[in-house]
Amino acid sequence: MNPALLFDVALAALAVVAALSAVAGRDLFASVAFYIVYGILIALAWMRLGAVDVALAEAAIGAGLTGVLLIGAWSQLHRKGATETPPGPSSAARLLAAGASASVAVLVAVIFVGLPADGAGLAPAVRENVAESGVSNPVTAVLLNFRAYDTLMETIVLAVALAAVWSLTRDELWGGIPGLRQHARDGGVLATFGRLLPPLGLLVGVYLVWAGSSMPGGAFQAATVLAAVWLLLVMSGAMDEPAIGSTAIRLTIVAGPALFLAYGTGGAFLGTFLGFPADVAGMLIVAIEYVLTVSIAATLALLVAGVPRRQE
Amino acid sequence: MNVADWLSALSILVGVAFFIAGTAGLLRFPDVHSRLHALTKADNLGLGFISLGVAIRMAEPWSIAKILVVWMLTVLAAATVAQLIARAALGTAPEEAGADDHR
Repeated sequence: MNPALLFDVALAALAVVAALSAVAGRDLFASVAFYIVYGILIALAWMRLGAVDVALAEAAIGAGLTGVLLIGAWSQLHRKGATETPPGPSSAARLLAAGASASVAVLVAVIFVGLPADGAGLAPAVRENVAESGVSNPVTAVLLNFRAYDTLMETIVLAVALAAVWSLTRDELWGGIPGLRQHARDGGVLATFGRLLPPLGLLVGVYLVWAGSSMPGGAFQAATVLAAVWLLLVMSGAMDEPAIGSTAIRLTIVAGPALFLAYGTGGAFLGTFLGFPADVAGMLIVAIEYVLTVSIAATLALLVAGVPRRQE
Repeated sequence: MNVADWLSALSILVGVAFFIAGTAGLLRFPDVHSRLHALTKADNLGLGFISLGVAIRMAEPWSIAKILVVWMLTVLAAATVAQLIARAALGTAPEEAGADDHR
């Protein structure tokens, strides 16, 4: 048997087992752990398919950031003693859900089998037009030019999600600082780590955005790295979370989507909404990507920080 | 297969052996600190040997430098996290006896 095929089959089997364990397990913490494992396995699967951009995003956001959010949610539930699994739904409801899921699975399988055998999809069209997009990485060309509205919506969804989290703030703490003040022993392991890693993290973040125009990388992947640097600085006591009432932090969060929208509207006056003129598209995309990265990084870091717990 | 291929394969196999030993330790050892001890061995030496094995196969110096950075960052993060978990576990002495507690 071909060793590469053996690896792929084992990877697919492991991903299915991890997914089942995440969904079917009774222990909430184990489910979270299996969900993270599932994210890592899926990132590996994307690597095997040659989709490095997607693999990076899946590892950083699907496994890393979502994992942090889920563990944070679990520990809050645990502290309140609310991690008991409630009695399951009735067997009729289970049968209904199983039937619906199975129908969707069959439908997807039928559509997949019915796809044209060459399986090229839209790839040739993208490859033909990538020269006009201003960047040479086809994934970035799709995300920020051909299908820019998808990315625009995603960044707006993120900002709305943060607004939803903030809306859970207690009235007297509105505008306050998320989380508790973190202290790390001076010269201790965490304080040292918190000083050693951030410069390197910043460099990697900036590089990932820049690399995104010609090879795998981009705003979301870079923003996750920068958000991790932010969280590390907070955890090691080097920096405190900003107050959510601060105008500067609110402007930082909306700057990316706002700039994106402004360019899109400008494009609408020149011809098409979100259509960039080919000669300046490359420059515009890199500029938008950098501003987006800062906005997304702040949004992700503040999503992890959660609701305000104290006033200044 | 030439000498470099053999060296690379041998190094990766040694790395895998460390990971298997580390996993066995994680599953079999009785308390947090000895489990951590087993895990950090797997991280440092296992990943070190696998990185070495992969680096031997690389043609470009830049790729080798990147692998080295990946290994160093992992070691740095693993060492820090191991210290933090070990210290956090000190405060919860009763858990040392429990085999499958994850608080």
